[in-house]
Amino acid sequence: MRILILCLSLVFAFPAFAVQPDEVLADPALEARAREISRVLRCPVCQGETIDESNAPISRDLRLYLRERLVAGDSNDQAIQAVADRFGEYVLFEPPAQGVNWLLYLAGPVMALLALVLGWRFLRARNVAEVGPTELSDEEKARLDKIMRD
Amino acid sequence: MIAELGHFALILALAVAIFQVIVPMVGAARGWSGWIEAARPAALAQFGLIGISFAALTVAFVTSDFSVALVYENSHTAKPMIYKISGVWGNHEGSMLLWVLILSLFGAAVAIFDANLPPKLRARVLAVQAAIGMSFLAFILFTSNPFLRMASPPFNGRDLNPLLQDPGLAFHPPFLYLGYVGLSMAFSFAVAALIEGRVDAAWARWVRPWTLAAWIFLTIGIGLGSWWAYYELGWGGFWFWDPVENASFMPWLIAAALLHSAIVVEKREVLKSWTILLAIMAFGFSLIGTFIVRSGVITSVHSFASDPERGVFILLILGVFLGGALTLFTFRAPAMQARGAFAPVSREGALVLNNILLAVSAFVVFVGTMWPLVAEMLWDRKLSVGAPFFEQAFTPFMVALAIILPLGAILPWKRGRLARVLYPLRGALVLTGAVMALIFAVSTGRSALAVIGGGLGVWLVGGAVADLWLRTGSSGFARLRRLPRADWGKAVAHAGLGVTFIGISLLMAWQVEDIRVAHIGETFRVSAYDITLTEVDERPGPNYQATVATMKVTRDGRQVAVLYPEKRIYPVQAMPTTEAAIQNGMFRDLYLVIGDTQPDGGWAVRTYIKPFASWIWLGVALMALGGCISLSDRRYRVAAGARQSRPSPQPAE
Repeated sequence: MRILILCLSLVFAFPAFAVQPDEVLADPALEARAREISRVLRCPVCQGETIDESNAPISRDLRLYLRERLVAGDSNDQAIQAVADRFGEYVLFEPPAQGVNWLLYLAGPVMALLALVLGWRFLRARNVAEVGPTELSDEEKARLDKIMRD
Repeated sequence: MIAELGHFALILALAVAIFQVIVPMVGAARGWSGWIEAARPAALAQFGLIGISFAALTVAFVTSDFSVALVYENSHTAKPMIYKISGVWGNHEGSMLLWVLILSLFGAAVAIFDANLPPKLRARVLAVQAAIGMSFLAFILFTSNPFLRMASPPFNGRDLNPLLQDPGLAFHPPFLYLGYVGLSMAFSFAVAALIEGRVDAAWARWVRPWTLAAWIFLTIGIGLGSWWAYYELGWGGFWFWDPVENASFMPWLIAAALLHSAIVVEKREVLKSWTILLAIMAFGFSLIGTFIVRSGVITSVHSFASDPERGVFILLILGVFLGGALTLFTFRAPAMQARGAFAPVSREGALVLNNILLAVSAFVVFVGTMWPLVAEMLWDRKLSVGAPFFEQAFTPFMVALAIILPLGAILPWKRGRLARVLYPLRGALVLTGAVMALIFAVSTGRSALAVIGGGLGVWLVGGAVADLWLRTGSSGFARLRRLPRADWGKAVAHAGLGVTFIGISLLMAWQVEDIRVAHIGETFRVSAYDITLTEVDERPGPNYQATVATMKVTRDGRQVAVLYPEKRIYPVQAMPTTEAAIQNGMFRDLYLVIGDTQPDGGWAVRTYIKPFASWIWLGVALMALGGCISLSDRRYRVAAGARQSRPSPQPAE
């Protein structure tokens, strides 16, 4: 039922842009935290917008809810978690580094390490190719000596 | 009638494309010169036919022929002419037509300008190019026909999405497509080289101008898109790491890597198979981008209407071309022998590191972009990956890249010493330290972003200047003018990257925002500026109603600007848009937005002071300019070979 109301309110809403003046908290430090948080939360009904920028009524509700939590004394993480508990991890633009998401976070560093190792081996190989022939092995020296003597 | 002509021309173009795939390819394999030569007229005919088709669609839009379904859905008689024209590609079908038009344009360009290419190579390049064209022509004809008629034409159209009624639409997509599709040239050259089994310095010299041109277009296209997103409210600012933005950014990163590795192939005949792989991947990422945008598998701010059938078709094209090219690669790559040898600390070594950083950063963007799709498919989790992730995961690679760039740029080929290259960079190093200290001093208590980003930017610009200085030797300025254009292009593009670094980091660290209710006649202060809302009135536009505010900005009593932010309602789509008013400045942009009326009669007003914002696009413009200068170098000119026979006096080295 809540979803239905949400959808209806979305269809009939008169859009208002992003953060409204009446939402802004009196305490600038708290407001700054609220803005910081609302920039990492995704509007649940829009196409890839933060609730900070979104015009959807649900985003306004979330912004107000977030501020209520901050005023009530929540930390940033607690406030974010409170929103995520209601709407699922879909609203988190920064996916929590838990479970399979570790793959996401490790993919870059692991690939970088792999590429650096392969790159280094390649560089070493190119280097040897140049240095190698200039140094004769003992066997080659012996053969050279033999040829020179002949 | 005209629409049917366009449709017919498109079908003919498909037939020509099929011919162009088979005949030159067989000809090149058998050595039949008549069949080999058939590639050129076929490429020209294909371009001509798609041109006719595109012109027909444009005519339908310009004359508001609402019997064509696409025109009905995306146009309106009251729409200004520029948006009637740009509306041709403001939708899925029309933009695909633009895509194949540009694809055939590149094919035709090879046919005309690359007179010095060996005929067999040219025939194969054009055949691969035609194969791509053939698949996308079939895609358009079978799933996205722009020329479908309506049984009973309505009186007027449904109008173009008001957000797209912007000059940005006229320029952003064409440039982006020129870049995306331009990379198909690198792909075609790579596949043709794999078929021939030969990659040498000459090949790198042929493929470089095309890659460079594509990279320049992509740079301009992304820059324009980012600027559009900057002034359009609600699009997340200049860069939001939106999937579609990422879709254009990945090919850009790979193309940048390809440009650099092609230099190594050209100068030293090493990194051959890696360069081929990059050429394949660059266009592969273009196709992946097309898939992301067209299939709607990933929700984004500006995806087209999604259609699974189209998604599957593009996935099929992607699989065939990427899979085919990579299979060919695995068979043929081992045959490519590297010639040159070099020490790890050398220009080659630095370019290898450049390639690693660019390729891995592209990989990070790719993983982040596709992760929501993967998580939903495999674990049924609906999650999002957005700006905070990319900022953490992507930035370190750019920091590393910026640190090594000035060093690598002046390292000698084959073997160098780090201590030696640090010496000419001492000036840049001192300047960087000074700027970092200055930024740290003026921004106490703020993030390290400004200090590091600004410092790296100065390091890059200083490094580019030192590079040029070093090239002049002891002869000073006179020599500077006679430096090869490629050297100038390199320095300008590298400096441009630095300027963009400075712009991005200072904007992100120092932006000031103010949200409030202002009454008419009221003055409020935001950082050093006094802003007065003098009046708000209603003005009719050509196809919208606007509420325009007049806002005066003064600083220390001196008037800085009068700005007119607008709110618009487009009645046909019943959609409001907000048009910010921006005064661009060298060191800061003033960015004003007018919102709704408040119950007490005031207006919601947003004010942003965006420091160094212009530097982002100034840097992008410099990068593109650097590319153009490099492209104009006589060594890389597309028709260079034709002139090579006439010896021209060269300045003594």
